[in-house]
Amino acid sequence: MSTSSLIVIILIGAFATFMLGRQRSLSVAAPLGGKRHLHSLPNYYGSFSSLLWAIPALGILALWLIFDDSVIYNLVWASMPEHLQALSDQERSLIYNQIQGIAMNGSADPSVDPAMIKAAEHMNSLLDSSKTALAIVSILAGIIGSAIALSLVKETFQARNKVESIIKVFLILSSCIAILTTIGIVLSVLFESLRFFQSVSPIEFLFGTHWSPQIAIRADQVGSSGGFGAIPLFTGTLLISAIAMFVAVPVGLMSAIYLSEYASHKVRDMVKPVLEVLAGVPTVVYGFFAALTVAPSIRNMGESIGLSVSSESALAAGLVMGVMIIPFVSSLSDDVIHAVPQAMRDGSYGLGATRSETIRKVVFPAALPGIVGGVMLAISRAIGETMIVVMAAGLAANLTANPLDAVTTVTVQIVTLLTGDQEFDSPKTLAAFALGLVLFAITLTLNVIALHIVNKYREQYE
Amino acid sequence: MSLTDTADASTGLAFGDEPSTVQENSSMDVSTSDIPETAVGQPLVSDPKMTMRNVDVFYGEKQAIFKVNLDIARNEVIAMIGPSGCGKSTFLRCLNRMNDTIVDCRVGGQIELDENSIFDAKLDVVSLRARVGMVFQKPNPFPKSIYENVAYGPKIHGLASGRTELDEIVETSLQKAGLWDEVKDRLQEPGTGLSGGQQQRLCIARAIAVSPEVILMDEPCSALDPIATAKIEELIAELSENFTIAIVTHSMQQAARVSDRTAYFHLGYLVEVNDTETVFTNPSHRLTEAYITGRFG
Repeated sequence: MSTSSLIVIILIGAFATFMLGRQRSLSVAAPLGGKRHLHSLPNYYGSFSSLLWAIPALGILALWLIFDDSVIYNLVWASMPEHLQALSDQERSLIYNQIQGIAMNGSADPSVDPAMIKAAEHMNSLLDSSKTALAIVSILAGIIGSAIALSLVKETFQARNKVESIIKVFLILSSCIAILTTIGIVLSVLFESLRFFQSVSPIEFLFGTHWSPQIAIRADQVGSSGGFGAIPLFTGTLLISAIAMFVAVPVGLMSAIYLSEYASHKVRDMVKPVLEVLAGVPTVVYGFFAALTVAPSIRNMGESIGLSVSSESALAAGLVMGVMIIPFVSSLSDDVIHAVPQAMRDGSYGLGATRSETIRKVVFPAALPGIVGGVMLAISRAIGETMIVVMAAGLAANLTANPLDAVTTVTVQIVTLLTGDQEFDSPKTLAAFALGLVLFAITLTLNVIALHIVNKYREQYE
Repeated sequence: MSLTDTADASTGLAFGDEPSTVQENSSMDVSTSDIPETAVGQPLVSDPKMTMRNVDVFYGEKQAIFKVNLDIARNEVIAMIGPSGCGKSTFLRCLNRMNDTIVDCRVGGQIELDENSIFDAKLDVVSLRARVGMVFQKPNPFPKSIYENVAYGPKIHGLASGRTELDEIVETSLQKAGLWDEVKDRLQEPGTGLSGGQQQRLCIARAIAVSPEVILMDEPCSALDPIATAKIEELIAELSENFTIAIVTHSMQQAARVSDRTAYFHLGYLVEVNDTETVFTNPSHRLTEAYITGRFG
């Protein structure tokens, strides 16, 4: 039986046990004088039986699917002849892949080792019995579970409370998924970074000013001196993010103030979605807009006043990135400003304050924590942005504060280090993980600071 | 007595309540046909501080106030009472044009302050509100320190030329509001940290710091406990020496205690205005009598 038909059977069974549980609760209730003598509504008894059917069945299905590959792998290898057993791990996995291919498609090739064909047959029989066993075990588990549930159905049984606590467990599990994923990402980046720091010292990486990520294959190779100083990358990131925030914060904030305080309902309903369309433009599109339109016009303008501007400049990338972030700042600030109670505004107007005084002295300070939070989020976004910078700011790792020069950023370097054919044991590739780790640490710190600021002001203001 | 106050928690804006009031009262024969064209009693006085003539208020299509004629005398305390949704808060908010901030709200008729129209294009609504201050139903101190709350108005109107003068204004305002002794050692703490009654007195201090001529109070005690209410009522009596006060209240006892004159509103009409004592002991109109004897409201 295939896995998908097993799932369908389990779902049908879930419905059937629901009806059974419901029916049973009704028949328990009938001699007592109707369902109001039950502790819970009949649907809760039904849901309870249904859950006790589905959870064991699906749980066993999930565990089985997770572990059956490795179990079959070990069983197949256990039956292999001596000469194949002796191979190294990498060769083993290669052969195993071949066996899998034979098992799936069969093989007419006479040159194939007969031991492998035998193994493939063995594998097929294992797979078949695994599927049958899975179907039997999971349905059996479901039947036991629902039988227990049905035997529990009595007028005093608290089915509603039980169902709700099961739902609570599901909610907890869902929230754990996000947290566990984050931990998983951090750990995978961390371990690769540790491998990188075995060949390049963390001091050199964090404080070196020369970035030229290459490793010599021969000792006398030209340009063999690799440099892994990440300072130019981080200054590039900071420069571009700073330019972006310089554009996004004032523009975003002022448009938010206009939208929430001055604009009529009609204008607000029209302008807000249009502004948010900006957030929906793919960053690649921003990228070529920056590279093909903004960067050349900045260079032309610079040249007309006698400045030398490189064709890929931090300024172009930063400006376009700033435009991209405007909707973040404006939308979040608008929500926060909107949430300031009308009573605050009334109080200020009632004292004879003008609209702008009210905004500057009452509404804005009250909304500040939320605005800071929004800005911090925008900064994280700017630091993590890649596409615009790849296309508009270039790859040259210059250590400069001049926005007219070409710079490069951490994310761009991660992309260039990890695209194409890579070997995962050279510092060149592993450097990407170290960069990712530091970047993660920076954005995490920013978020923590943002949260702290928000909480601090919130305490003060409520 | 303050328990009954909370029943009218949203009179200011919630005109959706009105139809239900009509239904409740229909059995008591209080239809609009019974309401007089002009208010009975003495709505007009000589040498008034504020005059209102034929004031109509509309929320969108719905009319909330009908042709109200009323004078407010100098240095009097006038109480506006009436059942929920009768328009008393709406009417109060016309007097310093706070209704301007509500979308869809239209005010018709004539309102004058010291014989100048408050709708005059030459008159800045900002200076009007500095002359006609307002205290709201729910205490709404700004999320700033106690000092900054009181100093807010004087600062935006440039009433103090220096720090010492500002300090003085803050101190006298807080003293007048009867709050100085309680907060003088913690002026820099947030105003939102005070108790409800203290917050409301802070709002009163904030309003009197700009030296208004008229103070509008929109159910200032409805969110407070009886002890805090008693303090505010005492304060109103003291303030009436220097200010003209118009107070909307849902508590008839409060109106009887603090006001010189009482105006009774019903379904957007001004029904009766008279000396408080007369209104409560010898009301002229049947509706007023029905309300103050608790037959509805």
